[in-house]
Amino acid sequence: MHRLTRLIAAVTLLLLSTGPAGAAPPDPTDWDAVLRAARGQTVYWNAWAGEPRINEYVAWAAGQVASRHGVSVVHVKLSETADAVARVLAEKAAGKVAGGSVDLIWINGENFAAMKRSGLLFGPWAEALPNFALTDPANNPAVREDFTVPVEGYEAPWGKAQLVLMSDSAYVAEPPRNLSALLDWARANPGRFAYPRPPDFLGSTFLKQATLGLAVDTAPLYRPVDEAGFEAVTAPLWAWLDALHPLLWRGGRAFPPDGPALRRLVGDSELAIAPAFSATEVAAAVLAGELPAGVRTHGLDGGTIGNVNFLAIPFNATAKAGAMVLANFLLSPEAQARKHDPAVWGGETVLAVDRLAAPARALFDGLDLGPAGLHPAAQGAVLPEPHPSWTERLETAWAARYTAR
Amino acid sequence: MLRLAPYLTAGLVAGPIAVGLLGVTLPAFGLLPGLGGDMATLAPWFRLLDQPGLGRSVAVALFAGLGSTLIAVLLVFLFLAAADGTRLLGWMRRLVAPLLAVPHAAAAVGVAFLIAPSGLLARLASPWATGWQRPPDLLIVHDGWGLAMIAGLVAKEVPFLLLMCLAVLPSLDPTRRLAIARSLGQPPFTAWLKAVAPGLYPLVRLPVFAVLAFACSTADVALILGPTNPPPLAVAVLRWFADPDLSMRLVASAGALLQLLVSLAAMAAWWAGERVVAGLGRGWLTGGAPGVAGRAVSWLGLAGLPAVAMSLTVAILGLAVSSLAGPWRFPDALPDGLTLAVWARSLPAIAGGLATTLLLAALAAVLATVAVLAVLEQAARRGRAADRAAGRALHGLLYLPLLLPQVPFVFGLVVGAETVGLAPGHGLVLVGHVVFVLPYVLLVLAEPYRRFDPRWIMLGATLGASPARTFWTVRLPILLGPCLAALAVGLAVSVGQYLPTLLLGAGRVETVTTAAVALASGGDRRVVGAWALAQAAVPAAGFALALLLPRLAWRRRRGLGAAR
Repeated sequence: MHRLTRLIAAVTLLLLSTGPAGAAPPDPTDWDAVLRAARGQTVYWNAWAGEPRINEYVAWAAGQVASRHGVSVVHVKLSETADAVARVLAEKAAGKVAGGSVDLIWINGENFAAMKRSGLLFGPWAEALPNFALTDPANNPAVREDFTVPVEGYEAPWGKAQLVLMSDSAYVAEPPRNLSALLDWARANPGRFAYPRPPDFLGSTFLKQATLGLAVDTAPLYRPVDEAGFEAVTAPLWAWLDALHPLLWRGGRAFPPDGPALRRLVGDSELAIAPAFSATEVAAAVLAGELPAGVRTHGLDGGTIGNVNFLAIPFNATAKAGAMVLANFLLSPEAQARKHDPAVWGGETVLAVDRLAAPARALFDGLDLGPAGLHPAAQGAVLPEPHPSWTERLETAWAARYTAR
Repeated sequence: MLRLAPYLTAGLVAGPIAVGLLGVTLPAFGLLPGLGGDMATLAPWFRLLDQPGLGRSVAVALFAGLGSTLIAVLLVFLFLAAADGTRLLGWMRRLVAPLLAVPHAAAAVGVAFLIAPSGLLARLASPWATGWQRPPDLLIVHDGWGLAMIAGLVAKEVPFLLLMCLAVLPSLDPTRRLAIARSLGQPPFTAWLKAVAPGLYPLVRLPVFAVLAFACSTADVALILGPTNPPPLAVAVLRWFADPDLSMRLVASAGALLQLLVSLAAMAAWWAGERVVAGLGRGWLTGGAPGVAGRAVSWLGLAGLPAVAMSLTVAILGLAVSSLAGPWRFPDALPDGLTLAVWARSLPAIAGGLATTLLLAALAAVLATVAVLAVLEQAARRGRAADRAAGRALHGLLYLPLLLPQVPFVFGLVVGAETVGLAPGHGLVLVGHVVFVLPYVLLVLAEPYRRFDPRWIMLGATLGASPARTFWTVRLPILLGPCLAALAVGLAVSVGQYLPTLLLGAGRVETVTTAAVALASGGDRRVVGAWALAQAAVPAAGFALALLLPRLAWRRRRGLGAAR
């Protein structure tokens, strides 16, 4: 009898210590253990939800991960990624170091830099994902650097974007292929081009693109910004913008807030040329009837800025193992090819497609990108993002110069 | 139990307010533990003052807030003066009630689509009248002084103010006042302005101040219609809060306190304006000269409010059409084919949040109404002066959430809730909703309660009924209409809550509104049209019930309608 009691106690202890709410974070390098720990967990995935196509894709991925790995996924729909950052920050401010409410965040750039700097992230874990190797990190450094900030395994790559210009062929016969041609076009067609007001993500990217394209020497842009260098590097930018702004939509007195607003303005024929984040997303919007059928995309001579977007796990996430399993599934060729398809979403894949095994590659070769899609060769070179200190400095200088008082 | 009601209600509101305010004030002075801020400093304020365009942001907020409130009040009063006794009044009452249910953001999107250079009006007139094959490059929406934003705010404020006026108007006995003024030789329009308006305004003063505070600090209408560079202060604060540089949250908190000051300044200016108008108007009121308010003003009064209400209706219809539209290129007046595709895609997301939305809204509205009724009933039963002063303080407290800028306040609430170990979820969201619903319920109920003829209660008491019994059998049936209106308004306010739901629920409480606002950030007008209608449908059903139920209940007590 006595022995039985002790046995029961021991088993109970064992059960308690290996339960899904076990306090010790899973070891990412032991993938089988991660899969075991993930089973039965619920992952609260905080992701921007402004696009029904993306939300449907997220719902599909949730269903797949539930049936394959027993992980249930809840899409926490955000209008701003910063809302999730705020949530984690509030939890840290309140001293909540475990059992947090955010398990996975779709993130990149300054949001990532800020979270990493403030110690709000769990990791490193991303390079231990079995599918991470498919991104060919040795030849694809973009998956290890987020706006030049070393990722160091604190977030897993998910998608890719490269700045393009979309133009409505009903009004633009010969799309401008460089910045001075764009200015000439705007002189001939005042009020038909716009970019979002920085610090909107797309607006800032356009600003950095113009800086890179106009600077005599781009090397300083890849180092932390210094004041003397800033003046020299940006002098041509301000000259160009001073000339461009009176020719912008509404004479530069109002700026569209973000990329979706630009898309609506192109759809309404208010704009004929506008920047966009990815050729496949423009293609998807044309397919969905959101943009006129005559809209085409093109890059710029000398290349355009490209960046990768990621998935990160907060330091106090409850379902870390489940989040890793979900991130790994999202990196699989099957999930990536579906995401790339303009008929589904049109979010560019982050995998090195030409280095995939033949059956996986076939998933991508079969996709129809439509007339607005761009073949990688037509898109031009990928320019890496400048050092993040430039982003903030450029945004501040822009606001100081162009904000009405 | 009833004696405790004022204290319980005060605690329910004061607790979150104190926590929320603390959560804004500490970061504004550099104290935010999560970011390593542990020294009080004025640095956030200096950084705030360094923000380019800050002066303009403040000026636009004041201008749009005061301007839109002034226009809305004038429109409503001139309309009531001009339309008194006509059928137009009844028509407008019926047209305007459902408009109240339309969420602010949806109304703003509708107005933007109506007046933009590529919008509905331009499409209807192009190219046959304007010659436009492409939308002209005109700065209509997002204009630098917020005129489009004022238009959007007026369109939403007019229905609210009109209904508030109509609710209290019977208690003034306007027919007799008018008869006296007419007998003194005043023409009808002037008679109303001289004899009824001065009595009506004090009764709707609180709603007017609520409108003013909202108009100064609204972010959603300003985002869609307001100037962009710089934006009105509330939008700027929102942007600083969303800035990836987490230290900008300190600046945002300071900005939020500044927003509070701006709202207070606007109210002070309004108060001063009231004094001036009262001083200048006295001579005109008591002087016997008839017809100073000319025929032109009377026509303006008759046409102004219906024009605004019709515009908003057309704007909402435009949204409805665009939610069904296939490709719809400028300058086509109608879309190139209709499709249910957007609805088919959006409905699952909308339906998913519907049950939660309804449950939360119903609970919040009922809780708030019960709390407010308990407070008012307790106040009505004891009439001592000390109690009345305490009652006024309590009312002030309950109205406070109308003044607080939501973003920092809710962020402060989240930090506070986490600190005391309250898990985010449905319970916390409900508390957040009740805090924001309560003041509106109080707005609707306070005046009918105060105007309630105490002789009814005395009559009950002389028949030997206990205070509780007179409450249930006399007061409540007579006040059924205002109570249902309060429930409907509470429902609408709760349904509209975005930030409290998102942040206090850690994103896990999904309502129609959280899904809708997230989708709206994608900017596809067809999708926005679909959610706006879906979001308006819930409160619209509430208002329909509020209008219908008294009729059913009063079928055999028709006299009750007049007893108020």
